[in-house]
Amino acid sequence: MNEISLMAEEHYQRLQQRNADDVKVLWDLLDAVKDPEVPALSIWDLGILRDIQCNGDQIVIIITPTYSGCPAMDNIRTDVIQCLNDNGYADVTVNMSLSPAWSSEWMSPEGRTKLRQYGIAPPEDAELDADGLTPDAHAACPHCGSRNTHRVSEFGSTACKALFQCDDCGEPFDYFKKI
Amino acid sequence: MSDQMKNALLEYTTRLGDDAVVLGHRISEWVSYGPFLEEDIAYGNVALDYIGRARMFYTYAAELADDGRDEDDFAYMRNDREYHNLLLLELPKGDFAYSQVRQLFADVYYTLMLPQLLQSKDERLAAIAAKAIKETKYHLRRSRDWVLRLGEGTDESHRRAQKALDQLWGYTHELFDMDETEQLLADADIGVDVSKLRDDWLAMVTEIVTNATLSVPEDSWAVRGGRIGYHTENLGHMLTEMQIVHRSHPGCKW
Ligand SMILES: [Zn+2]
Repeated sequence: MNEISLMAEEHYQRLQQRNADDVKVLWDLLDAVKDPEVPALSIWDLGILRDIQCNGDQIVIIITPTYSGCPAMDNIRTDVIQCLNDNGYADVTVNMSLSPAWSSEWMSPEGRTKLRQYGIAPPEDAELDADGLTPDAHAACPHCGSRNTHRVSEFGSTACKALFQCDDCGEPFDYFKKI
Repeated sequence: MSDQMKNALLEYTTRLGDDAVVLGHRISEWVSYGPFLEEDIAYGNVALDYIGRARMFYTYAAELADDGRDEDDFAYMRNDREYHNLLLLELPKGDFAYSQVRQLFADVYYTLMLPQLLQSKDERLAAIAAKAIKETKYHLRRSRDWVLRLGEGTDESHRRAQKALDQLWGYTHELFDMDETEQLLADADIGVDVSKLRDDWLAMVTEIVTNATLSVPEDSWAVRGGRIGYHTENLGHMLTEMQIVHRSHPGCKW
């Protein structure tokens, strides 16, 4: 049978993993852990939370960095442990996984909507250039929706974003790069 | 894995970490000195990518060494003679053109080297390469655009970019040197045979430099020694600044 998927394959797989997990309650608890750089998004929304392993009372959380030098990872690690400790789980370890490398495809659909509401254009709001990189114009403005925008800088306030400005409403905005 | 191979892998991983931390630190020296705000931020971002890369290599090196050292010990507790980075990367930041030309050389190099490292039989090295490749694409676009802009810009920017090319060219030969350690790993499909990258590197650099109306210097001199710990005097100065806080307050946490 020909399956017609209504969501990105990467996200579908993540959802399957989450829903099938014996410790779904832990996944739900960790929705409270936000990215300190983009507090609108949880680590699930961003796709940083990769896996949860349970061995008796021992819990191992696997996270992956968005960019190599992402300074938020240490914070996130602390927040994950704090969150689970607060909910009665004492024995928590957080491990960093590098492979497979994080992809912006892993971001949840809710995350993309929240990102836009927060004033950041998600990756799909721009058409990439021939090299598959951020284009120099026409990312959709998260404030007014206009495509009449231009790139101000390839590198924005954090490594994961580029800076754009809207030529209609005049507002500057961040664009979450596709990688 | 034989002891000889293990030692080679530790040395290789440390070298790659040294390259990343040294270049990352040099780039970070531009923070708050960028020509305008966005460029300042871009420098900060690129520096972070390299520092992050260094952390990944050093963390792995510490695991391989298995002697109680951690990533910080690798970065902060070794002296210049123990650093085995490429000399090109340790040179002072110079003016803006100098830094961008150096960056172009490095970015083209990593654009060619990382896809090879991705094929490594060593899963950790391959995983680090997979992360770094994505970032290097963005780095290269930026340094390439800047070299074009500087070359085709004003008389002064053109003159400075050409001067940077001439001053840095002699340091690029070392990028493609192989020694026993690297050959051993390349033969085992763990490391990259960088000597095979030179032709492609030269072709890519030549195209960009020529488009920028600049000229590729002649091969008239070459400096080598970084991989065995023989450095220009600049590295010692850089490490002094980079390591002083860590060494002054051993074990300090906040
Ligand atoms: Zn707008």
